[in-house]
Amino acid sequence: MSATINEVLMEARGVGKRFGGVQALKDVSLTIRRNEIYGLIGPNGAGKTTFFNVLTGLYQRDDGDVLFEGNVLNLTSPHEVARVGIARTFQNIRLFGNMTAMENVMVGRHVRTHQNVIGAIFRTKAERAEEAAIRRRAEELLHYVGVADRAQDLAKNLSYGDQRRLEIARALATDPKLLALDEPAAGMNATETAGLRTLIEGVRADGLTVLLIEHDVKLVMGLCDRVAVLDYGQKIAEDVPAVVRANPKVIEAYIGTSTH
Amino acid sequence: MANFITSLDKKNKLGLALIAVALIVLPFVLASAGTAWVRILNFAILYVFLALGLNIVVGFAGLLDLGYIAFYAVGAYVYALLASPHFGLHLPFWVIIPIGAAVACVAGMVLGAPTLKLRGDYLAIVTLGFGEIVRVFMNNLSNPINVTNGPKGITLIDSFKIGSFDLGKSDVFGGLIFSGPIKYYYLLLIVLLAVIVINKRLQDSRIGRAWVAIREDEVAAKAAGINTRNIKLLAFAMGASFGGIAGGMFAAIQGFVSPESFVLTESTMILAMVVLGGMGNIWGVIAGALLLSFVPELLRYTVQPVQEALFGHAIIEPEVLRMLIFGIALVLTMRFMPAGLWPEARHRREMEAKREGKK
Ligand SMILES: Nc1ncnc2c1ncn2[C@@H]1O[C@H](COP(=O)(O)OP(=O)(O)O)[C@@H](O)[C@H]1O
Ligand SMILES: [Mg+2]
Repeated sequence: MSATINEVLMEARGVGKRFGGVQALKDVSLTIRRNEIYGLIGPNGAGKTTFFNVLTGLYQRDDGDVLFEGNVLNLTSPHEVARVGIARTFQNIRLFGNMTAMENVMVGRHVRTHQNVIGAIFRTKAERAEEAAIRRRAEELLHYVGVADRAQDLAKNLSYGDQRRLEIARALATDPKLLALDEPAAGMNATETAGLRTLIEGVRADGLTVLLIEHDVKLVMGLCDRVAVLDYGQKIAEDVPAVVRANPKVIEAYIGTSTH
Repeated sequence: MANFITSLDKKNKLGLALIAVALIVLPFVLASAGTAWVRILNFAILYVFLALGLNIVVGFAGLLDLGYIAFYAVGAYVYALLASPHFGLHLPFWVIIPIGAAVACVAGMVLGAPTLKLRGDYLAIVTLGFGEIVRVFMNNLSNPINVTNGPKGITLIDSFKIGSFDLGKSDVFGGLIFSGPIKYYYLLLIVLLAVIVINKRLQDSRIGRAWVAIREDEVAAKAAGINTRNIKLLAFAMGASFGGIAGGMFAAIQGFVSPESFVLTESTMILAMVVLGGMGNIWGVIAGALLLSFVPELLRYTVQPVQEALFGHAIIEPEVLRMLIFGIALVLTMRFMPAGLWPEARHRREMEAKREGKK
């Protein structure tokens, strides 16, 4: 692992995004290395979620580019972004509520599978084999995130913590290289957060890279290799947690808006 | 299918056998009450095809389509033009039906492509317009070149023939009279079986899951790697193909097509079948289609005589009463069973969970 730790996986170059008068992102550049856990923090409204939305092609950027494994990402096509290996979760969980937990994860396999209508109608050998593989992988992932016992329940009937985990399983089903999590610990109690932390560490140990937006500063500082701080859409710091924590600009940004 | 049958226990096998026997003798039972009833049954099965096709678009993918009848019209006219004296063409049905399906499929994509970004109300309005445009074309494409023969429609359409075996004519086998409608019934039954299997398989496939994912949350579906544009287009294309096939069969059975058969009310009727039966659930949709095709016919045959017996003359026209009952039934269902009479297993499971929670 240490041999590849310095290799750049993703590089954002001068990314900008405006909503009317609001400059949600301004000239944001950051570099994520392979297999690290990279934290993205900042006060509410700093532009963290917007960065995810731009990165995953859900919002169209105004400026800048993102390189992934050295190639310019097609930021206008979300499924293309998923295909090259970026998967995400949402701050306000977005599961397929009326599908089972199992089916949610199976949908995540869509981008790595190929069977078409003809295969489905004739239940060809290849189609049956692929379906079985999708099912197997989905089961594995449900175990992996710890919601296997809820496999046949509708996603919307799962507990909040289980929904967060299920969303991670669905993201992992796309075989991502970069897993981007938007406030995964939001609304979790201490036990659930500890479990989440173990899960994220496990994901990294399995060779993935993690981009983590998180409000829980303790979690971020303990978990991340490096952290970037956004404030009013601009990056004001990027370094190892200890250095970032001591940065006066960061302290000011947090204190200046610590109304919550 | 094979492992489906072996997976059934004895009781289910017996049930299945009984249903099969019932379906086989059904047309003869109905024929004893009048051949008209066999025809009604055949049209009911055509409605089942249409409802199942629309279910792909509306039930699975969640795209509200109010112009679905247009694809039925396309299939019907393709058949009519290629198998009637109108152009003097008499191609065999196994050539025309695939052509009709393909043309309808293309029409589905023509409708789908520009509307992919639309949802809900907006999509409904555009599809409604599309349905009307197709009908208006059929109505007016008689000048300067007479393609569709305008409002007069096309007559003397060929029935399905295999060699000298004509599905449109009566035959006697083993002492039993197989009238045209009865022969068509058996053909429709076979096609129905195929359509059900195809729908079920699509639903349980990678593509079917992608459709439902889009219905549930399009943004999440995109982020999970689904090419929502293509998958939605596929839903339109598949739904349209089913409509086109049904249209071709309709033209052959009816022997006559005109734009009048493809009005907006037909689209809404098919949509009502899907919604009433239970969007997304194949069996519910079938039940909805059968119910809404048969009940009005029953009323047609009972309302007039009952009124005449009671009052000596008819007070309410059967047609008026039909729409009244239809409307009331729909409102009541939506009020008390919003997921339809026979909702998708997902919805049902969820309701059961709720009920257990209350105990
Ligand atoms: N879809 C949107 N339309 C308009 N403004 C938006 C939209 N999404 C985010 N914003 C604005 O962009 C800024 C950054 O928001 P966001 O990225 O959600 O912040 P964070 O995730 O860091 O809390 C905020 O001012 C927010 O109001
Ligand atoms: Mg946010």
